[in-house]
Amino acid sequence: MSDLSVASSAAASVPPVRASSEGRAKVTVRDLNFYYGEHHALKGINLKLMAGHVTAFIGPSGCGKSTLLRIFNRMYDLYPGQRAEGQVMLDSANILDPKLDLNLLRARVGMVFQKPTPFPMTIYENIAFGIRLYEKLPKSEMDGRVEKALRGGALWNEVKDKLNASGLSLSGGQQQRLCIARTVAVRPEVILFDEPCSALDPISTAKVEELIDELKEDYTIAIVTHNMQQAARVSDSTAFMYLGEMVEFGQTNKLFTSPTDRRTQDYITGRFG
Amino acid sequence: MNPIYIKRRRSDIIIRFLCLAAAIFGVAWLAMILFTLFYNGLTGLNLEIFTRNTPPPGSTEGGLLNAIIGSIMMTAIGVGIGAPLGMFAGTYLAEYGKHDKLSPVIRFINDILLSAPSIIIGLFIYGAVVVPMRGFSAIAGALALAVIVIPVVVRTAEDMLRLVPNPLREAASALGLPRSLVIRKIAYRSARAGLITGILLATARVAGETAPLLFTALSNQFFSLDLARSMANLPVTINNFVQSPYPYWKQLAWSGALLITLTVLALNIGARMISAERKPK
Repeated sequence: MSDLSVASSAAASVPPVRASSEGRAKVTVRDLNFYYGEHHALKGINLKLMAGHVTAFIGPSGCGKSTLLRIFNRMYDLYPGQRAEGQVMLDSANILDPKLDLNLLRARVGMVFQKPTPFPMTIYENIAFGIRLYEKLPKSEMDGRVEKALRGGALWNEVKDKLNASGLSLSGGQQQRLCIARTVAVRPEVILFDEPCSALDPISTAKVEELIDELKEDYTIAIVTHNMQQAARVSDSTAFMYLGEMVEFGQTNKLFTSPTDRRTQDYITGRFG
Repeated sequence: MNPIYIKRRRSDIIIRFLCLAAAIFGVAWLAMILFTLFYNGLTGLNLEIFTRNTPPPGSTEGGLLNAIIGSIMMTAIGVGIGAPLGMFAGTYLAEYGKHDKLSPVIRFINDILLSAPSIIIGLFIYGAVVVPMRGFSAIAGALALAVIVIPVVVRTAEDMLRLVPNPLREAASALGLPRSLVIRKIAYRSARAGLITGILLATARVAGETAPLLFTALSNQFFSLDLARSMANLPVTINNFVQSPYPYWKQLAWSGALLITLTVLALNIGARMISAERKPK
C-alpha cells in the first residue's frame, strides 16, 4: 500500500490541507506519456497544479487535454488497453502506482463531466449517496451535510423544497450544479472539470463559472475547456496542448496576452482549432 | 404533368396498397384465432374452473384448479431460478466481461439457446433430471422452464444494461464507488424498467410452453403440491383434453387456452406500461 491510502482514509474525516498552503504544488506531473493501445496520445508532459488555483487546459479537439485530466483520477483504468507511464504525484503519492486504491484516490480527486450525470434517484439521495460511501452519519447530520453540499453547488435555494424529487427532473444547468454539489459533498482535495459547460446555456454557464471561482478557495481545480474566454475568465494558470504535447504552460493572463510559442498564438487568435 | 412523376405516383399507390394488404392478411389470421378462442373459451369460463380439479374420465364435472395452480407454481419456480441466473450472466456480458474474449462466445451460445426448439429442452431435462429421478416431477418441469427463461433474460439484461450511458458509470466511479456498487446502485437502477420488462416477457414466454412440460412434469389428474411428483399444468392439460372424446373436456381445454392467452396478454401489457413509464423523463 502506498501512503496515499493511509492519507486519504484520514482525509474522509479530517478536512484536508486547504488554501493556507497556496503556492504549493498539489499535483506534480513528470515525464508523463499515455497510450491508447498503440496510439501515443500524450508525449512527455510536465506540469504542476498549484493548491488553491484553477488550472485550465485548452487546445483543439484531440490534443489530449481530456486524456490528461482523466489520468488525475485514473479514469482510464476502466478501459483495457489504456496505459500511462511517468509520474503523477498527488502530494507525496504517485497516482500511477498500480497498487494504489483507486476508490480512495477518487475520493480525493473528484470529477465533473461534460454532460450532467445525475444518478437515477432523488436530489437528496444524489448527494447523500456519495457521503455514505465514506461516512456513517445520523439523519440530522446527513441533512446538514446535504444542505451544505447543495449550498456549495449554489443549488440550495432552487431545490430546498423538492429534495425528494428525482435528480433527473432538474434543468440541465441545475443537474450540472447537482453533480458539482455531489462531488464537493465527499470533500475531495482536487476537482477535475471536463468541459463542464459545453452542454449548458449561457446563464447556467455563468453560474457554474462563478461557482468554480468560489470553489478554488478550498480546492485545487483543473478544468478542460473548448472555450478560451472561459479559460481566461476562470483560471489562474493555463496550459495549451497540441497533438499530445504541452506547448505552453503559464499564468493565464500572460499566456493570453503574450504567448511565447507561435502555435499558442495561432490558436488563441483563432487561426486554427 | 411530368410523366416520370406520374409513374412514380402510380408505383407509390401500388406499393402502399400491397403493404396494406399484407398487413391486413397478417392481422386477420390473428384476429380469427383470437375470435375463435374467445368465442369457444368464454362460454365455458365460470367459477368452477377455478374451484374444482380436472375431471376423472367420463365425468362431466370439474374445473382446472390443479392445472392452474401447477402452472403458476412451475412458472414461478422456473422464473425464480432462470431470472437471477440470466441477470447475472447478462450483467457479466454488459459489465465485467464487456471487453473479455469469452463474452462473444457466451453471447453466441446464448443466441443458440434462445432459438432452440423447446421440445429439445424438454428432452434434455428428461435425460438430465427425469431419468435419474426415476419419474416425472414438477421440479423437472420447472427446470425445463428455467432453461427457456435464462437466454431470454440474459439477452434483455445485457441489452438494457448497455443502454445505460457510460458517463453515468464514469460519474459513479469518479465518486469512488467500487465496480460492484456502480452496477448495483447505478446501472441496475437506471435500467430497472427494462430489466423488469425482460423478466415479465420471459414469464409470458414460458407460461404457455407445452413441449418442455410434456417430458418432465407430465400431468396429474389430482391436486398436488409435491415438487417430486408429476404435476398438472394448463398447457399439457389442454393438449390432453383437446384429444379426448368428451365435449366437456374439450370445453375445458378452450377455457384453459383462453386463460393462458389472457395471462400472457396481461404480462405483455404490464411490460409495456413499465417500459413506457421510464421514457417521458
